[in-house]
Amino acid sequence: MKLRLKIWRQKNAEAKGAFASYDLDGVSPDMSFLEMLDLLNSRLVSESKEPVAFDHDCREGICGSCGMYINGYPHGPVPGLTTCHLSMRYFRDGETITIEPWRAKPFPVIRDLIVDRSAMDKIQVAGGFISVTAGAAPEANSNLVRKHSSDLAFDSAICIGCGACVAACKNASAMLFVSARVSQYALLPQGRPEAKERVRAMVEEMDRQGFGNCSNTGACEAQCPKQIRLFNIARLNREYYKSY
Amino acid sequence: MITLNAKIPEGPLGEKWTRYKAASKLVNPANKKKLDIIVIGTGLSGAGAASSLGELGYNVKVFCYQDSPRRAHSVAAQGGINAAKNYKNDGDNVYRLFYDMIKGGDFRAREANVYRIAEVSNQVIDHYTALGVPFAREYGGTLDTRSFGGVQVSRTFYAKGQTGQQCLLGAYSSLNRQIKAGTVKMFPRRDMLELVVIDGKARGIITRNLITGEIERHSAHAVVLATGGYGTVYYLSTLAVNSNASAAWKAYKKGAAFANPSFVQIHPTSIPQLNEFQSKLTLMSESLRNDGRIWVPRQKGDTRPANDIPEEERDYYLERRYPAFGNLVPRDVASRAAKERCDAGYGVGKTGLAVNLDFRDAIKKQGKKSIENKYGNLFDMYRAITGMNPYEEPMQIYPAGHYTMGGLWVDYELMTTIPGLFAIGESNFSDHGANRLGASSLMQAAGDGYFILPVTISSFLSGEIRIPRIPTDGPEFDEAEKNVRERLEKLLSIKGKQSAASFHRRLGKIMWDYCGMTRNEAGLKKAKDMVRELRSEFWSDLKVTGEGDDLNQQLEKAGRVADFLELAELMITDALNRKESCGAHFREESQTPDGEAMRIDSEYSYVAAWEYNGGDEPILNKEPLKFEFVELKERSYK
Amino acid sequence: MNKILFSAVSKKFVMALAGLFLLLFLPVHLGINLMLLGSDPEPFNNAAHFMATFPLVKVVEIVLILAILVHITYGLILQIQNWRSRPVRYAVRNKSETTAFSKFMIWTGGSVLIFLVIHFFNFYFIKLGIVEGDPENFYSVAHQLFGIRGYVILYWICFLLLGFHLYHSLQSAFQTLGWSNEFWKPVIQVISLIYAIIIPAGFAVIPLVIQFVK
Repeated sequence: MKLRLKIWRQKNAEAKGAFASYDLDGVSPDMSFLEMLDLLNSRLVSESKEPVAFDHDCREGICGSCGMYINGYPHGPVPGLTTCHLSMRYFRDGETITIEPWRAKPFPVIRDLIVDRSAMDKIQVAGGFISVTAGAAPEANSNLVRKHSSDLAFDSAICIGCGACVAACKNASAMLFVSARVSQYALLPQGRPEAKERVRAMVEEMDRQGFGNCSNTGACEAQCPKQIRLFNIARLNREYYKSY
Repeated sequence: MITLNAKIPEGPLGEKWTRYKAASKLVNPANKKKLDIIVIGTGLSGAGAASSLGELGYNVKVFCYQDSPRRAHSVAAQGGINAAKNYKNDGDNVYRLFYDMIKGGDFRAREANVYRIAEVSNQVIDHYTALGVPFAREYGGTLDTRSFGGVQVSRTFYAKGQTGQQCLLGAYSSLNRQIKAGTVKMFPRRDMLELVVIDGKARGIITRNLITGEIERHSAHAVVLATGGYGTVYYLSTLAVNSNASAAWKAYKKGAAFANPSFVQIHPTSIPQLNEFQSKLTLMSESLRNDGRIWVPRQKGDTRPANDIPEEERDYYLERRYPAFGNLVPRDVASRAAKERCDAGYGVGKTGLAVNLDFRDAIKKQGKKSIENKYGNLFDMYRAITGMNPYEEPMQIYPAGHYTMGGLWVDYELMTTIPGLFAIGESNFSDHGANRLGASSLMQAAGDGYFILPVTISSFLSGEIRIPRIPTDGPEFDEAEKNVRERLEKLLSIKGKQSAASFHRRLGKIMWDYCGMTRNEAGLKKAKDMVRELRSEFWSDLKVTGEGDDLNQQLEKAGRVADFLELAELMITDALNRKESCGAHFREESQTPDGEAMRIDSEYSYVAAWEYNGGDEPILNKEPLKFEFVELKERSYK
Repeated sequence: MNKILFSAVSKKFVMALAGLFLLLFLPVHLGINLMLLGSDPEPFNNAAHFMATFPLVKVVEIVLILAILVHITYGLILQIQNWRSRPVRYAVRNKSETTAFSKFMIWTGGSVLIFLVIHFFNFYFIKLGIVEGDPENFYSVAHQLFGIRGYVILYWICFLLLGFHLYHSLQSAFQTLGWSNEFWKPVIQVISLIYAIIIPAGFAVIPLVIQFVK
C-alpha cells in the first residue's frame, strides 16, 4: 500500500505547529496503525530527519497511552478499537490520512502527536479511590455484591483513560471518563461510604482543569475504544444531585 | 565475591513469616516521616508498595516512564490472580498453592519465599475487593473463581479477560489516595538512568525527564525497584514495547547480583507474527485453553482451511502427549510442544509458525452465548487484529516471550545484595523458580508490594533513623550524573547509520533463535559471539536523531537497547552454565527419551546469582536451594 | 455556593429544569392557538384575556419569563465555556457519530430566540403596553400576520428549527436529570420524537389552515 500522510508537527508546547506531508509506500495491510508510523519513522531516521513523536506502550489496546485523531475520528474510523489495534486493512491504497493530536484546552500538545493528559490523573487524585488502608480490608466474601451491580461496575471500570472521549466531544468534556470512574464505585457497596465526597471532589476538579460541559451529543460513547456507555453520565448526574 | 545470605527465618514452613513479623524491627511513626523512599515503577508491585509505604507514613517518591502511573504493564495481564481461599471447597489451601508453585517452578525457587507469597495471597484478594476491584461474582453475591493453567483446583479470581487492568486500577487508586494525602509524590515520564550508592548503600537515583531531557537527582534512604521483567530483550514479546531492563541493569552494574537471567517464560498462546514490521505480539489469555483444543494437521504441509480438515486427520498433540492435563499443561510444556510440531513441519498459517486453538467443540457443547460471555473481548480482539472470526474458524496461535522468572537476587526481605536496594514483583527472581504458573504474577507483585515489602523494609530502615535527609550534591551524585551525561552524549555522538530499533530487532532474533524455548551449547556459544559483535556494531554505527536536552524517543530507545545488548549476554552465559533442563529452560542436551525436560538436581539445585566484576565474564555465586519440606520429584503432567 | 450553582453538572441541571418548564408551556400555548382556527374571534380573545389577567397565571408568567432568561443565560454560559475548551480546533471536521441535532442546539435555540423577539413585539409587548396596539384583539393581529406570506414562511422555518431543538432537548433533559438507563432510553427517545413532531406541526398547521380557508 502507498499512503499520503498529513501529520501535525509541533516542536513543543510553545512552538507553532503545522502539518507536514509524507508519502509512504511499502505499507502492509497486516500492519497496525502504529507500525505504519514506525515504518515512517524508520524512513525519517534514515534520512536524518526528526521522527514523529507519539505516545504508545502496550500496543494491545489496554494501557491507554496511544491516541490520535485520524481523519476526523479519535482512534480512527473503526468503533471499539484503540489506535494501536487499528489495522491498516481499514485503509485504501493511495488514501490520504490526516493525523492530529487530541485537541482540548486541558490537553496541551507536548510534541507532535503527544499531549499532556495529566489533567485526567488529577481528577482521579481528587477522589477516584476507596479509602482503605492495606491490612484493613475485611474478608472478601463478607460483603455480598449483587452480580448485576458488579457486572455494571466492571463495564464502567474498563475505561483505559486514553482521553478519546474528550477528543471526540465537541465541547472537550471529560464527563464520560469521570462518570465511568464514579459509576464503578457508586455501584459497589464498598464505594458507598464516601460516594458523596467522591463525586463532588471529582466534578470540582474536572471543572478546575478546564474541560467543557456535557451536551449529551453521544460522541464520546461512539468513539470510546472500550465502548463505555452514556448511562454512566446519567448516573454521575444522579450521584451528584444525591450528594447535596 | 559477594556473600549470599538469604536470611530465611528459622522454624517450620508455616510459621516462618509469622515468626519473622513477630521479631522484625519497627520504625517509630515519628521517624517514618523523616525517612525517604524511592520507588521505581507503578505496576502492581510498585504502586502497591508506594501506597502502603505512604500509608505507613514514609515519604515516598514514585517514578514511571509512562505519562501516567495507570499505564504500567501490569495493566495487560488478562487471566486472573490466584489465592488460596478455597471458596470452591475443592481442597485448596496455602500449602497446596505453595506446592503447585514449587512444582510448577520445577523446584528452582526458594521454599520460604514461595510459602510466604501463598500465605499473603488471601490478603491480596481481600484488599483488592475492598478497593473496588470488580472481580467476577456468583449470583449469590460471592466471588467467583476459575481454574487456570497447570493446576487442578479453582483458585483464580478474575475480572473477565482484564484482571490485570482491574487490579492495576485498584493499585492506582490507592496510590492516588496517598498522592492526595501528600505522602507520595509522583514523577511520571522519567527514566531511571543510574543508581547512586553511598558508603555501600543505595541512596538515590539519577533520572532523565523524558519531556525536557533534564537530568535530575533524587535521594532517599532506600530505593525500591519495581520495574518488571526484561522480556522485550526478544524485541517481539507480549510486553509493552517500552518495557525495559535498564533500571535493573544499572543496579546490577552497581553491585546487585542478577539471579537466573536465562529463566524466561515463553507464553504458548499469542497471536503469531503477521508481518516483518510487527512491533508486538498480542497475548490471547491462557484461560482460552480451558475450552479451546489445540491441534495441527496430521499431514505435513496440509494447506487446507482448518474447517475442511476432518476429525481423524487432526492431531490434538497436547491431549495425545499429556492425557492427564491435556490442553491445560503448564505454559513451558505447551510452548515447547507447539514449537516441536511447527519445527517438524506441521505448523499452520502463512508462515507455518502457528497451531490451531479450536473452539468448535466448546461452542457445540456450551453454546455460542456461553463462550461469548467468557471470552467475548478476547475473540473481538483477535478478530480486530487478524481479520479472522474465531467463532467460525480456529484461532491461530504461537508462543511468544512473556515473563521473566529471573531477576535481581533478593533475600527473604526482598533486599538485593546492595543494602537499601530492594526489588519487588517481576523485577526480582524469588518466587517462580524456573517457570511461572498462570495467575501467579499478579499475586506475587501485589503480595510483594502491599504486604511483604512494607514489613521487611523496616528491618533495614530501622538502622537508618539517625541519617538525616540525604543531600544530592555529594561526590557520588556528581559522579553518577557525570556518567549518565557522558553515556547520553556518547549515544548521540556515534552518528552511524542504523537506528536503535533495528539493532533491537536483530538482537531479538538472535535471542529467540538461540536462547528462547530450547537451547543447546553450540547455539548459545554462537549467540554469545553474535551478541558481542552486534554490541560493537551498535557502539560504532548507531544513529540517534535529535538532541539530548529535549524530548527524544530515539535516545530513550537507544539507551534501553544498549542495556539489552549487555543483559542478553548475561542471559546466554547463565543458559550455558546451567546444563540441565528445568522449567522454561530447556537444554536439548538434557532431555528424557520422549523429549521431556530432565533436571539434574545433584548439580544444579541452586540459584545462579551473577555478579558484575567490570569485565566480560561475570562471577557466578551459588545460593544452594535446600528443600526441607517438599520432596524433589520429576515434574510430570502425563 | 458557586460550586453548587456553576459546576459542570449543576449548570446542566438548571438548564434542563428551565427547559422542561418551557416544554410544559408549549402545549398550553398550542391549545390556545388552535382557537385561532375558529371563525369566531371571541374564544381566542377570551383566552388571551384570561391569560393576561388571571392572578395565578401572572405568577406562572413570571416563572416562565424567568425560565426563558435562565435557559438563555445558562445556555450562553455553557456554550461560551464549551467553545473555549478547545482553543485549537481540528483541521479535519469531527466525524464522530452524535445524536441528531445535538450539535446545533445553540443555533436552533438562537433561531427560536429571534422568533421569540419578533413574537414579543407582535403580542406580548403590546399586552405589557411597551408597544402600541390593542391587547384585547390578538385574534385579528394573528390573522393579519398569517396573511403575510413572508411571515408565514419565517414562522414555518422557526418551528421546524424548534422541532429540531425539542427532539434533542427532551431526551437530553432526562439524561441530565439522571433519568436514563438501558430500559428507559429508547422509550424517552420515542417520546421526544413524538413531542418534537406534534408540537411544531400543531403550530405550523394553523397558518396553513387559515390561508386555505381564505
